[in-house]
Amino acid sequence: MQTRVLIIGGGATGTGVARDLALRGVECILVDKEDINAGASGANHGLLHSGARYVSRDPEAARECWDENQILKTVAPACIEATGGLFAAVQGDDEGFIADFPGYCEKTGIPCTPVDVQEAREMEPALSERLIAAYAVEDASIDPFKLVLENITEAQSLGCRFLRRMKVVGFEKEKSRIRRVDLENRETGERLAVEVDMVVNASGSWAGQIAALAGASIDLIYSKGTLVITHSRITHRVINRLRRPSDADILVPGGTVSIMGTTSIRMKSLEDIHPTVAEVDRIVEEGAVMIPGLETARYIRAYAGVRPLLGGGGGDDRSASRGFDLVDHAEAGIDNLVTITGGKLTTYRLMAEKTADLVCDRLGISEPCRTRTRPLASHHQTRWTVPGFSPREWFKGHDPEDLLLCECEMVPQSAVDQIIAGFDVFEKKVDLTGIGKRSRIGKGSCQGSFCSVRVAAYLYDRGVASARQGTVDIKTFLNERWKGQRCLLWDSPLIQAELQEAMHCGLFGLELL
Amino acid sequence: MTPVNTFESELAIIGTGLAGMAAAYFSQSLGIRTAQIGVSSSAIYASGYLDLLGVHPVERRQQWTDPFSGIEALVRDAPFHPYARLTRAEIQQALDGFLGFLSGMGLPYERREGVNSFVITPVGTLKPTYAVPESMWAGAVACEKKHPCLIVDFWGLKGFSAIQITQMLSPWPGLRPARIPFPAVGPSVDLYPEQMARSLEIEKNRVRLAEDIRPHLMDAQAVGLPAVLGIYKSAAVRAHLEGLLGVPVFEIPTIPPSLPGFRLKERFETEIARKGVRLFAQKRVLKVETENRKGFVLSVGDQATGEIQDMVRARGVILAGGRFLGMGLRAGRKAIIEPLFGLPVFQPGKRAEWHENDFFNPAGHQINQSGIETDEHFRPLDRSGHPAFENLYAAGSILAHQDWMRQKCGAGLAVATAYAAVRAFMGIKRL
Ligand SMILES: Cc1cc2nc3c(=O)[nH]c(=O)nc-3n(C[C@H](O)[C@H](O)[C@H](O)COP(=O)(O)OP(=O)(O)OC[C@H]3O[C@@H](n4cnc5c(N)ncnc54)[C@H](O)[C@@H]3O)c2cc1C
Ligand SMILES: Cc1cc2nc3c(=O)[nH]c(=O)nc-3n(C[C@H](O)[C@H](O)[C@H](O)COP(=O)(O)OP(=O)(O)OC[C@H]3O[C@@H](n4cnc5c(N)ncnc54)[C@H](O)[C@@H]3O)c2cc1C
Repeated sequence: MQTRVLIIGGGATGTGVARDLALRGVECILVDKEDINAGASGANHGLLHSGARYVSRDPEAARECWDENQILKTVAPACIEATGGLFAAVQGDDEGFIADFPGYCEKTGIPCTPVDVQEAREMEPALSERLIAAYAVEDASIDPFKLVLENITEAQSLGCRFLRRMKVVGFEKEKSRIRRVDLENRETGERLAVEVDMVVNASGSWAGQIAALAGASIDLIYSKGTLVITHSRITHRVINRLRRPSDADILVPGGTVSIMGTTSIRMKSLEDIHPTVAEVDRIVEEGAVMIPGLETARYIRAYAGVRPLLGGGGGDDRSASRGFDLVDHAEAGIDNLVTITGGKLTTYRLMAEKTADLVCDRLGISEPCRTRTRPLASHHQTRWTVPGFSPREWFKGHDPEDLLLCECEMVPQSAVDQIIAGFDVFEKKVDLTGIGKRSRIGKGSCQGSFCSVRVAAYLYDRGVASARQGTVDIKTFLNERWKGQRCLLWDSPLIQAELQEAMHCGLFGLELL
Repeated sequence: MTPVNTFESELAIIGTGLAGMAAAYFSQSLGIRTAQIGVSSSAIYASGYLDLLGVHPVERRQQWTDPFSGIEALVRDAPFHPYARLTRAEIQQALDGFLGFLSGMGLPYERREGVNSFVITPVGTLKPTYAVPESMWAGAVACEKKHPCLIVDFWGLKGFSAIQITQMLSPWPGLRPARIPFPAVGPSVDLYPEQMARSLEIEKNRVRLAEDIRPHLMDAQAVGLPAVLGIYKSAAVRAHLEGLLGVPVFEIPTIPPSLPGFRLKERFETEIARKGVRLFAQKRVLKVETENRKGFVLSVGDQATGEIQDMVRARGVILAGGRFLGMGLRAGRKAIIEPLFGLPVFQPGKRAEWHENDFFNPAGHQINQSGIETDEHFRPLDRSGHPAFENLYAAGSILAHQDWMRQKCGAGLAVATAYAAVRAFMGIKRL
């Protein structure tokens, strides 16, 4: 295989680069060792920052966030819910910080309006009675799955190829250039060599590993953050705790749920990242100080992601820069490798723009960036990720032969067909986890116990699963969902988990497979 | 408000899962005046397969052909397992008795004495079980002998794929899938086992079905179908199909809610009432009071409204409330409790230890070992290690120190411990 630009990493940054390059007419291939959103882009808070959170420590990153916040609201409205946000302080919070906050915002040019405490509690009745100060800001919530799917779908429609489950395992260099990138299929172990002109390393937290493979170096620290999703939506707006960034500071609403987090734990390795019971309990208890209802709320899922923070310096991880880093490895003797890492989901577009500018410069291409003004189209295939889309569509009318495979979230066979059609022709086997990423399958009240079996059976019938692989795949899919359930198993979620185990172990004996 | 009646009984059984059913049967067969209260859902006894012991040690995934040797090995390694309180003779008597009861109500079982069979599951895996509904037996035989066989599925019945099952069972030369239309499709194209089973109780639908299967038969010596062959007349439905096709026909369980559970629930409710047990079906015990350590008064009613509709007075109680799914146990964020009697629950030290990071970790989750600890007469213990009440017994999956889902011993454990609990209540000497 051969291409001009190989992009490593199917997160917001990598798919953003793919779309940006594709819009400039540059031939490219995007690869991910797993799938889209396998890293931080699939495990973040979904907050489209107004920048206010960073005003005190990192005004430059704050300003970038505010600029991009406005751009994305214009070009990608379908991925964003313009909820607005509040910064809220409760009794006991640092009064000096509260007093300084509006000044910081003003200095950075970030809108921030004081709100009377009484009024704030009327706007958001879930706030604690012990509220002592509130400011309104322009925060919003953003759906990272839809965002990333839209980026890659448009890139694909312009000729970019996306190879899933292909891991970069080596680079073959010729003098100071990478001539070839070696990929390994995660399932079959088969190797694939891609000849390239340029390589973009957009592998987020793994950027150091990739750079090292190529003989370059990037210094990153890993900071794990855990988040929990509530069963129903708790506030209208994003609520930030008005204090120096700490654990369980932010509640982000989105659709019918709210997401509370995060924690910040320094990690040594990127293997086996998952939320722990201690973190979940900490988020619930600390979050309840600001939003008392969190103490008794029902939770549906917990997850954890890793922030790649720049510079191995000491000190508090929360004060490390949230700015991004674009590294041209030519300075270290590799002429055609660039790394883009750090940053935020909020600034992904800007990061992609700067990266694509550098790539085009190297390739002698003078096409300008188009993503600042061009709307991010809403594609047909990506709509199955949107909560509530399926039921609406279903009740509007449907082909009578189109059976619902997921009865909780109402995802029909035709949705699975569409999703499969979006996979690269290169793939012969289809995986449940990949389908789950692109739809609501597994996200309803059965947590995947039933729909996993129905979809697997359907994949066999369609001939895209065979031998034992399709059934083994149920295990992979449920285990992926399990990571998010394990820490939240009390009351009714535990009952659901027991039913799942009775079926999949008690009856099917899948643990013996 | 309607006046609340009090029913006087000797033994009250809480639960209508397998343990509760077995306890009710053994109790009435000993002539005990029995009351039974419980909510049945057909998801609870889903497959129809009756496991005795399939796997031990679970972390080594060791499967047993002889369940009794398996139990011996198990109780050697796990001396607190409920099976350790039972002799082989007791387990055998319990099973013989209960299978006889099932057979008497038109749900006959097959087994080979002392030998597990390996049976087909809805996803095409094979699992060890002890007794098999007669309607599924030809499948176990065909599977063992690898006879040429046809697996049929239906367009519209989701989560059941003959292609998946045949691929999973490979290598099995002569095993083939076939997809056919279901003879009587209702207004929706979605098919559900209960509705399919009802329609196959009509003769002309069976004739149509056989006609549709026949062209695919070829050399097949048996035909496997999803478990939809009738509800009330299931034996006749299958016999008729076998006559039309000229080969044995067998059922394969579907994903829950599945017909075998529904059949069992339906027959049990009529049959146990006919035998004289006072059954408070689809009711829950909301509160229990003790009467000067001599007996119990149970408030029976509706869980949702909390309205008390009946009282049951009993000299003894068998608690067969199941685990979290049955709601015999309840978990909060910090601890697991037994809600009715406030019995101590054996459990891991903290929630972080309840579950493994890998859902399918073969060692199983520690929470599944939690439950009620008892003395050798299946009487729950209080915090000091003595029987909490003279005449309170526990049976089934609520018991601690077992993992029926991994050890594949769900039904066997439920039936055998129910048997032992009833006999202990009667003061009958151990076998
Ligand atoms: C807990 C948490 C909360 C956050 N909340 C917010 C928020 O609310 N708002 C916000 O703006 N930002 C937030 N962020 C930051 C934001 O999520 C990240 O900055 C952003 O998603 C990074 O995207 P990325 O594409 O650079 O990296 P990633 O999304 O991590 O993508 C990297 C990809 O590279 C792939 N890869 C790695 N190695 C290889 C290899 N060898 N071969 C092939 N592929 C490989 C991985 O599989 C992965 O998919 C949060 C981050 C965390 C961790
Ligand atoms: C999906 C699934 C598949 C299975 N497959 C198999 C299999 O293949 N082979 C096998 O051997 N076993 C299987 N089983 C297990 C088996 O059917 C039983 O679940 C198990 O034996 C435990 O039975 P039990 O009676 O102790 O508890 P349960 O079946 O859980 O029954 C508990 C009963 O107690 C009642 N109860 C609880 N609290 C109260 C109260 N306060 N008042 C009144 N009633 C109360 C509940 O309503 C329920 O009726 C399966 C179970 C499930 C769920």
